[in-house]
Amino acid sequence: MSGKIRVETDIETVSGSGNRSWFSPSHPNRSGYLQLLPALILVSVALLAPLVLLIVTSFWTNLGGGEVASELTLVNYETLLERPGYARIILRSIGIAACVTFITVLLAYPLAYFVAFDVQKRKLIWLLLITLPFWTSYLLRVFAWKVILGWNGVINSGLTTIGIINEPLSFLLYKPFSVVVTLSHAWATFAILPIYLSLEKIDHSLLDAAADLGDGSVQRFFRVTLPLSMPGVIAATVIIFIPTVGDYITPALVGGPDGLMVANLIQAQFGKANNWPLGAALSVTSIATVAIITLLFVSAIRQFMARIR
Amino acid sequence: MIQQRGHVGRSIRLMFSSLYLLYLYIPILILPIFSFNDSFYISFPLRGFTTQWYAELVVDTSIIAALKSSVQIALVTALVSTFFGVITVRPLTRYRLRGERSILSMIMLPIIIPELILGISLLVVVNEMGLMLGKWAVITGHTLICFPFAVAILLSRFEGFDVSLEEASLDLGEPPWQTFWRIIFPLAFPGIVASFLLTFTISFDEFLIAFFLSASEPTLPVYLWGQLRFPKKLPSALALGSLIIAVSFVVVAFAEWLRRRQSLQKVNI
Repeated sequence: MSGKIRVETDIETVSGSGNRSWFSPSHPNRSGYLQLLPALILVSVALLAPLVLLIVTSFWTNLGGGEVASELTLVNYETLLERPGYARIILRSIGIAACVTFITVLLAYPLAYFVAFDVQKRKLIWLLLITLPFWTSYLLRVFAWKVILGWNGVINSGLTTIGIINEPLSFLLYKPFSVVVTLSHAWATFAILPIYLSLEKIDHSLLDAAADLGDGSVQRFFRVTLPLSMPGVIAATVIIFIPTVGDYITPALVGGPDGLMVANLIQAQFGKANNWPLGAALSVTSIATVAIITLLFVSAIRQFMARIR
Repeated sequence: MIQQRGHVGRSIRLMFSSLYLLYLYIPILILPIFSFNDSFYISFPLRGFTTQWYAELVVDTSIIAALKSSVQIALVTALVSTFFGVITVRPLTRYRLRGERSILSMIMLPIIIPELILGISLLVVVNEMGLMLGKWAVITGHTLICFPFAVAILLSRFEGFDVSLEEASLDLGEPPWQTFWRIIFPLAFPGIVASFLLTFTISFDEFLIAFFLSASEPTLPVYLWGQLRFPKKLPSALALGSLIIAVSFVVVAFAEWLRRRQSLQKVNI
């Protein structure tokens, strides 16, 4: 079905660009771009313009009392460099996000594999069950973890009641550990679905061919299935890593002082500290760092995959 | 032999997947259980059954006000983002446009940008332009994060279209608007309903952007956030949370069923 559409539009594109001027109102591509205009305006007004203004704000100076001087300076970035506390928290956020991404992808892969290859008739139910928790309020799921991990929480009180422990376990809440547990739970669906989609696309005759040529199931997995599913793994990694570095709710509710992340610092600058330019500089710095790390990671993986192929 | 090993592998995967799925549901099940517990403390052993935390909700007028703003914001957001989704998805599937992929990734960008960044950058704009914080600011932010979901949901629906139906209608002399209304809209209807329900849920549940932009008219999640600081309020926060979860479960299960039923049928045929 979709093949048909492509052929159709191909012909349209070819004949369109051959016979009619691009600027003529009847040019099909031109009306296509016109129809995309509302979306582009929405994204420009609500996303790009605010981001540009945020970057500009990061070069302003805070005068205190909510006043700012709008001459462009590097003062805020100098502050970030001078005080090692900021760099430490940015690094911690990146470390936590990397842990979360690794754990989530590792746990999600077998489930995605199971639904793609083992489940035959009940795929719909499995997919529904996987996506349902993701759609429930993120705030409430994080709050639930706070209740579960707390000093007097579900796990500790449960274990004490049964008599396994006498003293509550103190490493559960307000530690980087709690942030990692909560985030890797919250982002599971974002790992499972892309990996499932890329596994589902694999041509089964390739798997049969590998088996016919004498690959055992383990060899076949590492030489055929895993490489072919890498696009899904990469997508999952990017989709989880970038937003979790900047997550606010989880470190705020379960992180404690040791689990604070960069988003909490940024929020403080826009809230209590009331130093918007510094908060903007922190945002820009962390976005840039995350973008660079992600690009390096993706290109490294692509190169590695190209080499083993 | 290989057959047998395959069976073992499959049972291990089934066991792992079931346990993992159970783990995904534990936090969501904990809240309702303790919302009926007759104690201020959220800990075992359970003290006894009560509905008093739910009764407290009904008499709280600020909850009703927060619920009202949440519903208003979510309704407008769902309508606007689904409408933008429909008009955007059509040219994306109908034409083959140069730069289509980059346009699509730009649309999808708000999914991976941390909500905190979206929230503060909109806050800066509202402040610089001298605009008012409140419902309209929240709606703008929510439309931005819901729009990519609407596009993704609708794309899968629109891609399955048989273009010849549309062409037949145009050939038979129906004007484009009529063709849209009588051919495309009915075919896309399940996708449109799913998009509306899911974007409604996203907006209704969203906390961080609303936290920055809602000012003196808190939405339900922002109100709930305020309650979490007071230990005495925790049980009724649990009750409120359980209600929110129950409602989104029903809405989303229906929307997902509507959406996936269609796409799976297509694969099977």
